[in-house]
Amino acid sequence: MKIRNQQDFAAGFMYIVVGLFFASLATGYQMGTAAKMGPGYFPFCLGMLLAAIGLVVLLSAITKKAAEVKLKKWDLKSVIWITGAVVLYGVLLTTMGFFVALITLVFVSASASHEFKWKGTIVNALILLIFTYLAFVVGLKLQFPLWPFFLNN
Amino acid sequence: MDLLNNLALGFSTALTFQNLIYCFLGCLLGTLIGILPGLGPIATIAMLLPATYALPPIAALIMLAGIYYGAQYGGSTTAILLNIPGETSSVVTAIDGYQMARRGRAGVALFTAGMGSFFAGCVATFILAAFAAPLSQLAFKFGPAEYFSLMVLGLIGAVVLASGSLIKAIGMIILGLLMGLVGTDVNSGVSRYAFDVPELSDGIGFVSIAMGVFGFAEIMMNLEQKEKRESFLNKVTTLIPSWNDVKRMTPSILRGTAIGSVLGILPGGGAALAAFGAYSVEKKTSKHSAEFGQGAIEGVAGPESANNAAAQTSFIPLLTLGIPPNAVMALMVGAMTIHNIQPGPQVMTSNPALFWGLIASMWIGNLMLILLNLPLIGMWVQILKIPYRFLYPAILVFCCIGVYTVNNTVFDVYITATFGIIGYLFFKLGCEPAPLLLGFVLGPMMEENFRRALLLSRGDFSTFITRPLSLGLLVAAALMVVIVALPAIKQGREKVFVEDQ
Repeated sequence: MKIRNQQDFAAGFMYIVVGLFFASLATGYQMGTAAKMGPGYFPFCLGMLLAAIGLVVLLSAITKKAAEVKLKKWDLKSVIWITGAVVLYGVLLTTMGFFVALITLVFVSASASHEFKWKGTIVNALILLIFTYLAFVVGLKLQFPLWPFFLNN
Repeated sequence: MDLLNNLALGFSTALTFQNLIYCFLGCLLGTLIGILPGLGPIATIAMLLPATYALPPIAALIMLAGIYYGAQYGGSTTAILLNIPGETSSVVTAIDGYQMARRGRAGVALFTAGMGSFFAGCVATFILAAFAAPLSQLAFKFGPAEYFSLMVLGLIGAVVLASGSLIKAIGMIILGLLMGLVGTDVNSGVSRYAFDVPELSDGIGFVSIAMGVFGFAEIMMNLEQKEKRESFLNKVTTLIPSWNDVKRMTPSILRGTAIGSVLGILPGGGAALAAFGAYSVEKKTSKHSAEFGQGAIEGVAGPESANNAAAQTSFIPLLTLGIPPNAVMALMVGAMTIHNIQPGPQVMTSNPALFWGLIASMWIGNLMLILLNLPLIGMWVQILKIPYRFLYPAILVFCCIGVYTVNNTVFDVYITATFGIIGYLFFKLGCEPAPLLLGFVLGPMMEENFRRALLLSRGDFSTFITRPLSLGLLVAAALMVVIVALPAIKQGREKVFVEDQ
């Protein structure tokens, strides 16, 4: 049994796992009857349906007629840099304030590009800082913690 | 006569100085948003929702509506010039539009897109004005069973006309439905799938999913491709098309408008669907079908008219039936609720100034947009010249700010980051995120109507088939699935639709 369509195989597998996950958790809620549905009814049905679809997709990936599709390679660097930049922004926003968080976000995320240049990024960060501050904090009056926690009384 | 009176009321409301300013602001913002890849009307509307608290409801809705169809106009500019669809429905425009640009016909392409959109917008606004009343009568015939079947039709419709594997798309929809169920169950108060995390008790934020799966994942994918962005900005020469061009684009515009107006009304329809449908029709009916994919002017005129017409008529189910047909409309429902307006059949009677003012401002908005876009193309493209290495941190900044302001918690930022990874995973597995989003929006409503229908029928499942309107909708949904299963159309669909690689 050769996995001809790796992409669909993985996708089908994902559907099965997720579907069963939702369905099994749904059994923990009350099911009720069709006439008087409990909170578990709809999610259970959907979860099982998703798992069934996953099975179909998975099986279709190993039939002889399946197209030969390999899994695309993952570029972990981009994923980690971007995700890391965003998480860092989240952490810094509450501790060190909006200004620090934004500058960090720009620098860390820009570093992920193979075309990264220091000067350009500094200019970019400053422009974005000024623009977003004026537009969002001053203009739209959105609430942000602006300064680090040790500067607030 | 009633129609004229209503329109008069509408124009008098829309032409107040304040509302005109907000209309202009909305159109301007929308165009900028549409041009900027990664930031779509969804994110913008989500970000601006809290700001609209302070505005009077009519002004708020006019501005938000302006953003929505402004984004349609702006999205086509980047699609044509840089092959970057500014938002989903411009993906189709990019196919032939970019090819026209490469042959030095960018000006003509931009002009075609603009005129097609303007014409379609006017016609669709008229349809909205004329048929809003009869459609709202129809609304009263809709019970929960019909609503449920309508949503099934909408979801299937969205899947069927998308690219890629049909069955995987259905899987994505169900995944979206399930994600929509996270949070506190409305009926019973039971907290589902929240794992005692208090921020999840209201469910996962839509903006978080949208920005994560579309915005962040897109950036990750672009970085990985390391492609150089070519620009033909020097070649934007004349804007005026030749007489031959005009002869070719006119029927396409008419057809596109018709398709867009119809598809916009269906829930699950909307601009992207209309654009794709129009492209297929143009390709099949054109004498120059070999040119498609190489810069056929019909391939720009048809889809652009369709997506603008659909953007306008997608207000019909919202205003008359209270059903948001797509994700952006769902946000408009949110905006109306904030201002204590319950969208639905009664909006027309209880709030006529709002209803007709909105319709009148749509026409004004279309006019403003054509005035903004054509002469200012030179200025817009300056923004596009920004190298990607500066652009994408900017996109990230706007997304992060936007997500945070929805609930003022950083937890949402973390959720968005998680969905960025999930979105990337989807892309690698060849699963399309768009059906997931639609399922997410409609999930809780589907469950509610499903429940209610069965409650009313005392557990009898045949209620969905015995009620004629519901049966009709389900049959239409089944038909759509069948049509797609036909190999001929399936082959055509895969060739025509090019989503991001």
